[in-house]
Amino acid sequence: MSDIPISHILFVSTALFFIGMYGLFTRRNMITMLMSVELILNSVNINFVAFNKYLYPDKLDGIFFTIFIITIAAAEAAIAIAIIINLYRSHRSIDVETAEEMKW
Amino acid sequence: MSYSSYIALIPLLPLAGFVLLGLFGRKYLKHSSGIIGTGLLLVSTVLSLYTAYKYFFVDGRIGDTYQTITAVKYTWLSFSENVSIDMGIILDPISVMMLVVVTFVSLMVHIFSLGYMKGEERFATYFAFLGLFTFSMLGLVVSSNLFQIYMFWELVGVSSYLLIGYYYDKPSAVAASKKAFVVTRFADLGFLIGILILAFYGKSLDINTLIANLSSSELIAVTTASLFGISALTWGLTLIFIGGAGKSAMFPLHIWLPDAMEGPTPVSALIHAATMVVAGVYLVARLFPLYTISPVSLDIVTVVGVVSAFLAAIIACTQTDIKRVLAYSTMSQIGYMMFALGVSGYGGENGLGYTASLFHLFTHAFFKSLLFLGAGVVIHFIHSNEIKDMGGLRKYLPITNLCFLIACLAIAGIPPFAGFFSKEEILLAAYNSNKIVYGFALFTSGLTAFYMFRLYYSIFWNKQTEVHDHHGEGPFSMKLPLIILSLCSIFAGLIHFGEYVSPDKRMLESHFDPLFSIAPVVIGLLGIFIATWMYRKPTDRPQRISGSLGALYRTAYRKFYIDEVYLFITRKIIFNLIGRPAAWVDRNIVDGLMNGIANATATIAAWIKGIQSGKVQSYAIYFFGGIVAITIVFLYLWK
Repeated sequence: MSDIPISHILFVSTALFFIGMYGLFTRRNMITMLMSVELILNSVNINFVAFNKYLYPDKLDGIFFTIFIITIAAAEAAIAIAIIINLYRSHRSIDVETAEEMKW
Repeated sequence: MSYSSYIALIPLLPLAGFVLLGLFGRKYLKHSSGIIGTGLLLVSTVLSLYTAYKYFFVDGRIGDTYQTITAVKYTWLSFSENVSIDMGIILDPISVMMLVVVTFVSLMVHIFSLGYMKGEERFATYFAFLGLFTFSMLGLVVSSNLFQIYMFWELVGVSSYLLIGYYYDKPSAVAASKKAFVVTRFADLGFLIGILILAFYGKSLDINTLIANLSSSELIAVTTASLFGISALTWGLTLIFIGGAGKSAMFPLHIWLPDAMEGPTPVSALIHAATMVVAGVYLVARLFPLYTISPVSLDIVTVVGVVSAFLAAIIACTQTDIKRVLAYSTMSQIGYMMFALGVSGYGGENGLGYTASLFHLFTHAFFKSLLFLGAGVVIHFIHSNEIKDMGGLRKYLPITNLCFLIACLAIAGIPPFAGFFSKEEILLAAYNSNKIVYGFALFTSGLTAFYMFRLYYSIFWNKQTEVHDHHGEGPFSMKLPLIILSLCSIFAGLIHFGEYVSPDKRMLESHFDPLFSIAPVVIGLLGIFIATWMYRKPTDRPQRISGSLGALYRTAYRKFYIDEVYLFITRKIIFNLIGRPAAWVDRNIVDGLMNGIANATATIAAWIKGIQSGKVQSYAIYFFGGIVAITIVFLYLWK
């Protein structure tokens, strides 16, 4: 385990982050966008855990942060899905571009 | 010597009338407003007559000199030890005389208006305005302070404006009131500058202090400080005279007066004949001790007076609107008063011109308001101002006929009517001082007789007019003032005016020289005779004569094209050279700046608006781009 260098892990997390970013920018379906956001959050989680393990192995701060983020991500997903359901009720669509009028 | 505060009531009662009628008149006092206004003024008149009696006959004189009494004094704005603006009332012969004239004529006009304006929609407003005017005029004549004079001067201008524009649904009345206001306002600018100059050198705004300061030690400083070779005192006095000339309709600032006849006729009688227009004369008389120090400014007064008297008399011979004839006649008579002041000296015998001028002011107020009120009756009867619609009215209007005749004789200077005595003194003063002025004055007095009787014959004799509605001379309230004023026009001249009013406030022995009066009376009679010959019966003589005079007649008929000159100057020169560029600057630079700011804001907003598209994903891109940019800045550029 310990001979895996940190750069590999960071590579994975960076890839995850940009995949999530790409999905967030290009998808019109709001569920997909929500999933992309989760990807971004998870890439951050991986970073936290990795840095915690490689830099301060005798501390737990990074892991705590990860747990917090997972919790908050759950809450955020609940709220986002509630918003999506409401949007679907009023617009009969979960395409994000139908929500443009909400800028008014 | 107790001139307690009851004197303050004289101006304040008309003010109370103005406030009362102005606030509540139209709603609650619609029918009683005339009575209220007249009643208040009656009290004022009685008070001022009592004051005059007390001042002239009981305790105004100490030794042989009339005292200047400060009845009320109240410091209103105090700037420094010496300079303060006071509101006060002073009594001296001229202010007491003016109090009587103003309240009395105003009372007559009020009474006349009760009948004349009956049934007008804005009856209460009319009386409110009359009250305001009377208040301002009374405040003006009793002012102890130059600045107080100026304030009331402007108030008088405002009330004149309101009354000229009384028939505000008539475009010509609106134009006339605007013209009167602009012209007099323009002249008042000179007045204000003059006040400031005098106050600067005299170190006071109080008239008596100012006169004392300027005529003693300060004089040297004033005469050395000069601009374009003319001393500051002369500048100040000339500028003040410009203000007076504007208000008194002196050439070349007279153009507003004939147009002001658009107002109701009683108003013309009060404001534009008897009281307001003599404010300029009063002002010069008030500052007369200063004018005597500066001969140049007195010469200006003389020249302007003579030119106005002469020009106006010529124009009056050709006009066909009866009120305009009277307006030009007023201007001519005020010209008389002005040059009488101009040729006067300060003390003793030399003060005859001053006395004569104010004497003429006094008598003129009676017979000129009588003429206007008579014209009011005629207009009320005929419903027209034009001479051609009139003629042969003596059968329908016997009392008016008689009163008008008395007034005409008075203004023509036929003994023993009032105008004879005052004009006589003016001519004598002119004769003693300057023969050219005397010549013009004599000729003008002949013209006066001619145009007044032209008017008289054209209205009451000449051709017979068909009159359909015989409502007679109007109610008693219109006849009473005519009769009272006729009596005044007959007897006012018998007062020995020199005993009461003279520049140094001593008695001036007026000597009546029968030989001297031959020339003016003969000239006056000649004028009357020519008018009789031309206008008593309908003939073609006036047409023949005016035809043979040709261009001269046309020029006089068009009022010497002075209005056209003004129009040329304003329309062509001022509008084009000043107005247009100013308008251009306003439209293009001032407005342009504002519009430019607005346009820039709109453009930027339109551009920024695109960013706020409502597309969540573009927001996310901006957000991400922002973070990247900040990261780059902090990592690599922020050293």
